[in-house]
Amino acid sequence: MPLLDIQNLTVTFATMKGPFTAVDGISMHVDHDEVLAIVGESGSGKSVAMLAVMGLLPDTAAVTADSLTFDGRNLLSMSLKERRTVIGKDMSMIFQEPVASLNPCFTVGFQIMESLRTHLHMSEREARNKTVELLHQVGITDAPEKMRAFPHQLSGGQCQRAMIAMAISCKPKLLIADEPTTALDVTIQKQILDLLMQLQAEYGMALIIITHDMGVVAETADRVVVQYNGRKMEEADVLSLFAAPQNAYTRALLSALPENATGDRLPTVADFRLNDAAGGPTP
Amino acid sequence: MSETVLEAHAITRDYHVSGGFIRAAKVVHAVKGVSFKVEKAKTLAIVGESGCGKSTLARIITLIDPATSGELMMNGREVDILHNNRVTPALRRTVQIVFQNPYGSLNPRQKIGDALTEPLLLNTDKSAAERRDLAMEMLAKVGMLPEHYHRYPHMFSGGQRQRVAIARSLMLRPSLLVLDEPVSALDLSVQAQVLNLLADLQDELGLTYVFISHDLSVVRYIADDVMVMYFGEVVEYGPRERVFADPRHDYTKKLFAATPKTDVEHIRARLVERQKWRDSRAKR
Repeated sequence: MPLLDIQNLTVTFATMKGPFTAVDGISMHVDHDEVLAIVGESGSGKSVAMLAVMGLLPDTAAVTADSLTFDGRNLLSMSLKERRTVIGKDMSMIFQEPVASLNPCFTVGFQIMESLRTHLHMSEREARNKTVELLHQVGITDAPEKMRAFPHQLSGGQCQRAMIAMAISCKPKLLIADEPTTALDVTIQKQILDLLMQLQAEYGMALIIITHDMGVVAETADRVVVQYNGRKMEEADVLSLFAAPQNAYTRALLSALPENATGDRLPTVADFRLNDAAGGPTP
Repeated sequence: MSETVLEAHAITRDYHVSGGFIRAAKVVHAVKGVSFKVEKAKTLAIVGESGCGKSTLARIITLIDPATSGELMMNGREVDILHNNRVTPALRRTVQIVFQNPYGSLNPRQKIGDALTEPLLLNTDKSAAERRDLAMEMLAKVGMLPEHYHRYPHMFSGGQRQRVAIARSLMLRPSLLVLDEPVSALDLSVQAQVLNLLADLQDELGLTYVFISHDLSVVRYIADDVMVMYFGEVVEYGPRERVFADPRHDYTKKLFAATPKTDVEHIRARLVERQKWRDSRAKR
């Protein structure tokens, strides 16, 4: 039985211009010890789908699904109070802007300890020791020193490491990483991706990586879901996706990669849209 | 022999960080003696991570910020880069810049048409009708429609805004265009469209590009020459083929190693490694 199972998830936002469907009937699942990449362009609904799973969407969003289960529990019928015991503990998330997702008014150490004290009911001293251990684990060398630092005193890469430390503090069964390296340099990106993959392998946790970068997909995923306009275009294991993409949109995305350029100009996804409009192969 | 559009010699830029009550004043050397040369209708890519001085260099070449020392030749003429209050309209017509974030670089309260005609208004004495015609022509050239002339930036997507920003930079018909991470804020598919547009414009107008990027796959696609910067210094400079085939400096090698690879062989090798790891964990 999959760890997270999503069947026919639809998210609709009430806007001034009427309802807007951001996620349109998506089904997917993640198993224990598996890395799933969700790839798509901005506006494809990839983040919204995962925020719906976490229960972090605003009240203007209507979430419906045939089934939404995590670790055998129904997330749709769960009360808010019950949900708070799950998110941040068994299921946690890290975001694109590491500096913005930490609270600027509290030290990094305090914010990590808060999660340990809330979910695992640790004492101050236990939480402090555990936080030092966690910061070491995510590759922050002078942990006792960095615990007292405020987010603005750390670099982007260090903030993302601190966020990861917070997210894994309660040994989650599922970690959702929403564009975890988009704001970072390539050399730092590699370090963070390596860290995520190493932690995933050590804990055997499920990892969902949301990204628009095919390079990140190629370096991390076991299985890939391609999303476009709120719909699932294709789902395949990573090797088949890159070796033999089945869907027209996936093919267009892969051929738009500069490293795959063969001629003088790059093929674009607009070419795919034109074919699509002209009655070409529909996804 | 081809014509050299831009030649820089030993450009440096220091920033003085003023001290406070406790902290002493210090000097940050953002750019440390950079020299390079770009020929007409060619593209020089400057690569490096944030804080390596590549954007500072871009602002010096574009004559926005002054340099601390060094010489710059543009179209064979020496330019005073040490005092930026001596920039003439003629120089402004020679070099223009496109910034990374098309959301921040267009005035939200200015219509597209006004954004395009403003450089002409400030730097030339063309009539309003002429300015309008030139702006319309440029809109068409970057693949936008005449009806976009009267719209505001918020009505456009990121890719369209970047097209507008490129159109605006070309209004004065510069010979040199500095592109500071022009596609890093864009989606993959839109990135391909903008890169194609830049290639088309270079062919059509004989433009010379200084292309700043941290994405090596984009650089490999667009550049003729590549310059790698690290902490304000040039650590590698040469033709694209040479730099990509035979990187000499450790930092360049590190950059290549960190860039994700999307070829099937690489993915297969990674999955094999992963399976081995899983097996060894199961035994423990």
